[in-house]
Amino acid sequence: MTRRSDERAPSDVQSEGPEGGVLNHRRNVPFWQTSRPLRAMLVSGVGFAGLVGLVGTASDGVVDPSVALAFCLVIACGELVRITLPGNRESAPIALAGAIAYAFLLSVGGDPVEHGVGQVVAVVALGVALGELPHVAVGRTPRVEDAARRVLVALLLAASFRPLAEYLSLTEPSILVTLLMTVLVALAWLVDVAVSAVLRAERLRTRLWVAGRDEARAQFATGVAISSSGVLIALACTVTGLVGLLVFSAPLLVSQVAFRRHAEVRRTYLETVRALSRVTEVGGYVENGHSRRVSRLAHGIACELGLSERELLELEYATLMHDIGQLSLREPIAGGATVLASPREQRRIAELGSAIIRETGVLDNVAELVRRQCEPLAGDGDEGVPPLGSRIIKVANAFDDLVGDSGDAERRTAVLERLRMDTDSEYDPRVVEALAGILNRS
Amino acid sequence: MRALPGGARVYVGIIVVSAVTIVLVGPYTGIDLGTLVLIAVLFVVAESISTHVLVDVEEAGISPSSAVSLAAIVLVGPVGAAVVGFSSCLVLRRQGLVKRAFNGAQFALAAYAAGHVYLALGGTVGVPGQSDFPGIVTPYVAAVLAHTLFNSVLIGILMWCLGVARTAGSRPRRWRPLIALEVTSIGYQMLGLAIAAVWGAVGVVAPLLVLLPLFIARWTFGQQTAEVRAHEATLATLCQAVETKDYYTRGHCMRVAEGSAMIAAELGMSAERVQKIRYAGMLHDIGKLGVPTKVIQKTGKLTEDEYAAIKLHPTRGYEIVREIRFLDEALAGIRHHHERLDGRGYPMGLVGMEIPESARIISVADVFDCLTSTRSYRKAWSVEEAIAELRRCAGTQFDPRMVEALVRAVSREGWQTPDIAEPPGGCYGSPEQGADAVPAKGSGGAVTVAESTSAGAGTGGQDR
Repeated sequence: MTRRSDERAPSDVQSEGPEGGVLNHRRNVPFWQTSRPLRAMLVSGVGFAGLVGLVGTASDGVVDPSVALAFCLVIACGELVRITLPGNRESAPIALAGAIAYAFLLSVGGDPVEHGVGQVVAVVALGVALGELPHVAVGRTPRVEDAARRVLVALLLAASFRPLAEYLSLTEPSILVTLLMTVLVALAWLVDVAVSAVLRAERLRTRLWVAGRDEARAQFATGVAISSSGVLIALACTVTGLVGLLVFSAPLLVSQVAFRRHAEVRRTYLETVRALSRVTEVGGYVENGHSRRVSRLAHGIACELGLSERELLELEYATLMHDIGQLSLREPIAGGATVLASPREQRRIAELGSAIIRETGVLDNVAELVRRQCEPLAGDGDEGVPPLGSRIIKVANAFDDLVGDSGDAERRTAVLERLRMDTDSEYDPRVVEALAGILNRS
Repeated sequence: MRALPGGARVYVGIIVVSAVTIVLVGPYTGIDLGTLVLIAVLFVVAESISTHVLVDVEEAGISPSSAVSLAAIVLVGPVGAAVVGFSSCLVLRRQGLVKRAFNGAQFALAAYAAGHVYLALGGTVGVPGQSDFPGIVTPYVAAVLAHTLFNSVLIGILMWCLGVARTAGSRPRRWRPLIALEVTSIGYQMLGLAIAAVWGAVGVVAPLLVLLPLFIARWTFGQQTAEVRAHEATLATLCQAVETKDYYTRGHCMRVAEGSAMIAAELGMSAERVQKIRYAGMLHDIGKLGVPTKVIQKTGKLTEDEYAAIKLHPTRGYEIVREIRFLDEALAGIRHHHERLDGRGYPMGLVGMEIPESARIISVADVFDCLTSTRSYRKAWSVEEAIAELRRCAGTQFDPRMVEALVRAVSREGWQTPDIAEPPGGCYGSPEQGADAVPAKGSGGAVTVAESTSAGAGTGGQDR
């Protein structure tokens, strides 16, 4: 894992960071031998449904072609301006709202529309594909599973709502219809969260329920904004005609801008910490790339042990800055490897670093993780066992200090053995085993 | 709003009385009371939830609730809209009585006037049907514009009465964020039509559906503000951590950040760019970490080798921060802040306007702060002395435009000089060295720190 990280161009910041290392699966294996079978299942299933929808619509003829075209275009545009949210989540609020609205559409300007489930899937799939084309053309690989999830939501909503509406002969919007739509869209949101949690758990090799909680939390705000807009568009189009589709996407556009800026700020923050974590390297205090390698290892271990997304982020900050206390030393310690320094020295570095981080006033948890990073397993003093994050940093830091930049397999095994021998007093055995698991896989 | 001036008191009185008159006189014929009450309640709720968060403009938030008041014009006509607007004085927020009354009256008058514009252009009152649709758009847009205009005028007059506008700084006003604010708020208000359109079908759920995404957007903006603050705090702390290596440079990065931002703002740059330059100013010396501590803390003259090590720091710094992508052009400011206009600076020896603008700004702020603070080899200069020195070197070392901008900004806003005089260990440079530091004017190209540090007056170097 560490070696591959060094091969990447330094300018490719997007794929840096711990997630980048995990995301980077081998490219030269045939696609059916994928390491992520669930993702492949989702994509191929949705792709198949889209194909069936397209063929069916083509053979039966398009119902209300102008409406279908308008929605298809809006979905394509929304897909074109998709955004990446914190945690590397891709989202296309306008496309998804358009898809929801098309699945729920009862009439346009008073004329009832009667498109079936197949046509909904066809229009949405086509729109998504059209919107992705320019991205592919400029060389950006789309996150196929995220696009597939959007089509899946449209499929679920159409399949549940359209037969029901026909059965109850709903044509006019009313409070009841709104309520029905709200319930259905909420259910679809739940399914979507579950699907993305499964994908996340598979990708990061973390636990399913942890991933589910993370996804639900991360997608709540966007979900509410998108679903309410989708329902609104569907209802409004009955009164205003297709103009409504454009006008009512506007509130969502505002939300989208807000989401995007928020994601940018978050990314900038992480970039800054990541860049500044290198000051210890430039200052000659630690080996080149040490902070990042530790950060990547710690991320893998933490996923294995089921830390939540927020804890993962805090752990990332903590690992990046775990050696920052060395800045307060007058001269670098020899070789920069803190694991070789005396326990008292280690203690001091941790305390100094923690004090620096606490100064920010916003990273108290991170400061705590850094402060207790070198305590033995039982903790020292009367504070008890150090937090899991600190125990992870301790193991990852020791491993990287002892192995260094070399990717030598024998050396890794030897170091792992050495860490294992210390599991009764120094290192947390669970953490060491998680580390062993990661090393086995890479 | 304690102790209002007389003029303002009269003005607020007039506004409130006329709003109350409109609300009392009516006429209320043809207005559905249920609808009116519902809209008013919604308006108050929306107004209470909205928080004023917009990063660039303080005290001038927009709230999505104005969409509700515009919807009221369509649904219940000008008088109804005035009632809805006036209800905002019931807003659930801690506010003084006078402020409440004025806000309510101002909303009421603006909505009333906009309502009459809407009627005059042929808009109809009531839930719009399918047949109304493209036709209703023109009067509605006119009403939105009128609403914005009246609101601004009413507030503008109040500000004028309070004397805020007259004293509000001679600094060039930044119009761009204000215009962006107005455009966004007009965009929000267009949604009032959407609320009115679906009102007939789903009633009170309509505004919920419209406003929900907007409130989520505002909530996200709020989070973002917090995150921006966290970012700034972290950056500042890390910079200060780096400074602990040298007692004398404590606080240097923050002051250079302030100085650079002052110059950039004085030159009329956009808020975003000012912010980038502030960050670059903060980070400009981060590369010094790569310079051995004993060289930085050395009080005597430096050898060639040591000076060469110091010369590396802008490049080192650039290498550290170049991954922070949002800084983009400001990164060049870190890399080139030791360049001189006459081409004798380092690391690349750029000449004149080849030096990036951000670097020319940071360079002036950097040297200004060095001169006005104490160093291991000399005492601090006064602000006047430092300005004279900067002016003297303008054209050879500094861009005169930046120097003048700094002088203007400092004369208006003052300059915070560091308050430390003696380091705790008492390892102050000896008096001879202090005397040495008085600029060795015209001493040719000899490269020694004591000379080079004093703004590099006519020497080959600058501050290290």
